[in-house]
Amino acid sequence: MYLLDAAPAVPLDLILGVVLFWLLIGVAGVLRPRSLRFVSRLLFPLGAVGSVVLMLAALLAVRVPPVVAVLPLGLPDLPFHLRLDALSAFFVMLVGAVALGVSLFSVGYFRRGEGALPGLLCLQYHVFLSSMVMVMLADDAYLFMVAWETMALSSYFLVTTSHRIAEIRRAGFLYLLIAHIGAIAILLCFGVMHGGGGDYTFDALRASELPVFWASTAFLLALFGFGAKAGLLPLHVWLPEAHPAAPSPVSALMSGVMLKTAIYGFLRITFDLLPTPLWWWGVVTLVLGLMTALFGVMFAAVQSDMKRLLAYSSIENIGIIFAGAGLAIIFHAYSNPHLAALALVATLYHCLNHAFFKSLLFLGTGSVLHSTHERNLGKLGGLIRNMPWVAGLSLIGALAIAGLPPLNGFVSEWLLLQAFLFSPGLPNPYLNMLVPLGSAALVLAAALSGYVMVKFYGVIFLGRPREEKLNEARDAGIWERLGLAWFALGCIVFGLFPMAVILLLDHVSLPLVNFTLSAAVSGNSWLLFAPVAAERASYGPLLLLLGITGTLLVTFVAVRVFYHGRTRRGAAWDCGYPEQTSRMQDTAEGFGQPITQIFEPFFRVRRQMPDPFSSEPVYAKTNEDHLWYWLYLPIARANERIASWIGLLQHGRIHLYLLYSFVTLLALLLFMH
Amino acid sequence: MLTHIAAFLSQLTQTLLVVLIAPLMLGWLNQCRAWLQNRSGPSVLQPYRVLLKLFDKDALLAHNASVLFRSAPYVQFGCMVLAASVVPIIETNLLFAPAADVIALVGVFALARVFSALAAMDVGTSFGSLGARREMLVASLSEPALLMVFFTPLLIVQSSSLNVIVDTLAHREFALYPSLAFAAVAFIMVLLAENARIPIDNPATHLELTMIHEALILEYSGRHLALIEWAHAIKFTTYCAIGIALFVPWGIAQAGAWWLMPGAVVVLIVKLGFIGVGLALLETVSAKLRIFRAPEFLGMAFLFAALGMLTRLLLGA
Amino acid sequence: MSTLSALPAMPMSVQLINLMASLMLLIAFAMLAQRRIRSLIYLFAWQGAVLAVNCLIVAWYTGHGELYLSAFFTVLLKVIALPLVLHYLIRKLDIQWDVETLINIPTTMLAGIVLVVFAFNLALPISQLAGTITRGTLGIAIAVVLLAFLMMITRRKAVPQVIGFLAMENGLFFAATSATYGMPMVVELGILLDVLMGVLILGIFFFHVREAFDSLDLKHMEKLKESGE
Repeated sequence: MYLLDAAPAVPLDLILGVVLFWLLIGVAGVLRPRSLRFVSRLLFPLGAVGSVVLMLAALLAVRVPPVVAVLPLGLPDLPFHLRLDALSAFFVMLVGAVALGVSLFSVGYFRRGEGALPGLLCLQYHVFLSSMVMVMLADDAYLFMVAWETMALSSYFLVTTSHRIAEIRRAGFLYLLIAHIGAIAILLCFGVMHGGGGDYTFDALRASELPVFWASTAFLLALFGFGAKAGLLPLHVWLPEAHPAAPSPVSALMSGVMLKTAIYGFLRITFDLLPTPLWWWGVVTLVLGLMTALFGVMFAAVQSDMKRLLAYSSIENIGIIFAGAGLAIIFHAYSNPHLAALALVATLYHCLNHAFFKSLLFLGTGSVLHSTHERNLGKLGGLIRNMPWVAGLSLIGALAIAGLPPLNGFVSEWLLLQAFLFSPGLPNPYLNMLVPLGSAALVLAAALSGYVMVKFYGVIFLGRPREEKLNEARDAGIWERLGLAWFALGCIVFGLFPMAVILLLDHVSLPLVNFTLSAAVSGNSWLLFAPVAAERASYGPLLLLLGITGTLLVTFVAVRVFYHGRTRRGAAWDCGYPEQTSRMQDTAEGFGQPITQIFEPFFRVRRQMPDPFSSEPVYAKTNEDHLWYWLYLPIARANERIASWIGLLQHGRIHLYLLYSFVTLLALLLFMH
Repeated sequence: MLTHIAAFLSQLTQTLLVVLIAPLMLGWLNQCRAWLQNRSGPSVLQPYRVLLKLFDKDALLAHNASVLFRSAPYVQFGCMVLAASVVPIIETNLLFAPAADVIALVGVFALARVFSALAAMDVGTSFGSLGARREMLVASLSEPALLMVFFTPLLIVQSSSLNVIVDTLAHREFALYPSLAFAAVAFIMVLLAENARIPIDNPATHLELTMIHEALILEYSGRHLALIEWAHAIKFTTYCAIGIALFVPWGIAQAGAWWLMPGAVVVLIVKLGFIGVGLALLETVSAKLRIFRAPEFLGMAFLFAALGMLTRLLLGA
Repeated sequence: MSTLSALPAMPMSVQLINLMASLMLLIAFAMLAQRRIRSLIYLFAWQGAVLAVNCLIVAWYTGHGELYLSAFFTVLLKVIALPLVLHYLIRKLDIQWDVETLINIPTTMLAGIVLVVFAFNLALPISQLAGTITRGTLGIAIAVVLLAFLMMITRRKAVPQVIGFLAMENGLFFAATSATYGMPMVVELGILLDVLMGVLILGIFFFHVREAFDSLDLKHMEKLKESGE
């Protein structure tokens, strides 16, 4: 701390140093692109060291006042402005923390002969990481957009690592398309905020006094642009395509951190750059968020590809995060700083949690994929016996994502629900009655995510192997285990010590909504956690864990002492039908069936029924997305039609093209005249 | 220091009380049902006998049962005991109460449920996963309703801690709260669904097509089954205790009033007795629903709870 | 933030009227959810009974004598006469059991909840002006009217629609009692008589409809449009 007092810019320098270091690693990878040993045994561990430094530096930076710097890079008159404040430091920390685990995992993950050259991959990977850090550090719209586009491009190349497969190229294209539509909206948003005077530094944007109409326009553009990146309804379609296409460490990074850059941008613009929000901004965000959460979890429940399932679950979590942000905006608009801080902290907490548990699960699927070469849930099963490490660590992730105490997912959902429980105090009579109903949607999403996780975990790791080859599956190597363990540790620690996280997040919420939660309650001990007032609500995860494990041990010992520990092994009961095979277990589709049945209107279900006399009956069922047919295909068709009109101009004859140029020239001359 | 010891003792008494009377509660419910159906039912002590017998037997495990399968009964038992120790039943001075408010309590129940569902899928029989998916389905639909139920007392008391809710509601002036009545109806519906009672599940059946809870525990035997059944009884009793705390809290002693505790125990037993009769009546007059009617049933529960919340906001009552 | 102090209790009269109001709301929702015509008629009778009790309570606490009379007429007409007529109708027409709904019931319920919120906000400025003891119930009365309307919209058969119409009238009556301590007696009697006549006429009408279309499903009315088919 003394060090920091003397030189408050130290964290920023360290972070920039790490960015440079990462870029150098990337370049080094290109020097020996074919050497897997060099890249994965030397460069990735070095990258992991860099992320440790990054994480610690950002952790320090959260607590100190903002630091600014100007880098003499970029265009001649447009130097890069940098600023490290609590909000950006928090998200930089997220990058560092996730990058650490993913880099460790990647050391053991990449194999010879898969997709792109290792060196190239190393370059793209580290450029991707650096660009995300630069997005958080940017203090002018120009640098922000440059970093944002670099991020989009590098992640596009990472997604299309196995570009020889047409499906993956298609997924990459869809991703790139929506990322760019979003980027245009963000660009326009900056343009609107700029308002025609001054320059594009964030300071200038903050200072520009926008009329209400333009502020609202800027907000909606930001919601659209960042929503496209985050996977908010109806711009979510790229997510379930791109995530399964990418290699697992990349999916983990994209889901864990890249989606959060969109949250960062949204929070930065709404709470920092724009004037005090209007209440309906919050309502729009809240409703979209809740719809996204429900949509994501319902679709997750019917997936049979494990990475698609996780991608839809990411959509759900993004929905929850946006719902929290919306609630924070509503409370902020009604100038209730305490509750705004509560909702905002819940939002940020969920960002942190999602980064950890989703990365954990994506990496877990990566390990499963490597040892079984199978992504289809219908061909997996029983892996807990061959892969105990991956199964054990993934269990922590699955329980955390299902929002179960005492792990981390529960804390943020609990906080968010507390914020919802206060909404009847809002001055708007419509809101104070309808927002509580929104909390029911949130709980439904959380409960269904429990359903999804039981399906995910149960079908992959439990039961009997559905295929013969699964018996040869081997557990992950030591590096992969290390990566997984780091994320699992995070899930446990953030779950058990919420006070520590809140104290950190207070630094972030203070400048945004002028309130800290810890200031509200003085009597909080590290054991108990009461964000509003002790008699209002409290939660003690450690005490909870202590109670459960204590009882568990006492029961275990008591049963052994008073009775016995005798166990016999036998065959599972076959219900009187001895010819069961492991293929007769519940499939992923079967597990999702009740959800399709109950929420049928939300799916575009197509069933192919077998003919009763068919000797080889085929039953097929697909659950598709209505939005694809209602929104995307019409747009695509309209686009095609316009393109075909324009295509009329194309003849392939040079003299006609010359004629076009000639006519254009004449028209311009006439016009200028 | 002395207050801590008192709180610890009170906590221990209450938790043990719930854990010990839980099988009796089930026995009583079965007894009442037998009366209403003109049968001579088993003794009210039958659940204890079953537990003793099961503890005595060897545990028979499937060849491929993993650690998860063996540990799940203990986790469930631990969760249920913890849940039981958070709900004030005879005194509001509970050591563990600040550790979990009503929302965290729902979380603890969910933890136990997820473990039981995962354990059911572990062996890889069709019935296990069928039970797991039905159980998770019913639970995910009942949780929103349960949250809405909690909303109404929460709005009245402005706290989600059960201790505070009981302290406030038990010592208020008498007033009619139609909103609480709505919430109570919804709560009973959720209670039936979450505890695998008619009309969602039939605890007396082993008919494959309809069972939920029984399908989940089909592979268990011996001490594991005993723990699960006991945990199930504790869960049921805890739900009844939550209902009492929210809707009829009169008679629960305030913190430190240890001299009121014997009276509180009597009051508690009377209330539980009435709840047993009421639920037996409900189960006798209603029939089990098809599984895909369950969403509608729970939707109704949600509606009642939401109406309760709305009446509270509309009328202030 | 904390309100651990003793909860203030409202006067007994308000509590009772609030209780009746919530019962009205409950019955309105129950009607919305009900699939069977016979149960629908029972619910309608219960609604009438609640209405009458509410009338009595208001009469007792405010001392408006003529409200006793309205309570009496309510019981006579809405608890006894109209349900009997309706029972007779459905027995004669042999349509005692299930009614199809156009939209599934949970969705209807959600729409109902939103309607209640809307109704309450609609009533908010009026009830703030009103000085009567029962002002909080105006929102519920409007909600009952709207819910009955919703029921009419979502039912396919004719008889539930008539019951919906009658329930709407109940809501209006409830609004009148709670907001202004009842309408002038003449108006009230006139309305009651109108309702009675209306139901009788509709009953006769039903018989003719059935003769013409061989069903009481209002789907058949769709033929009565101008088109070249």
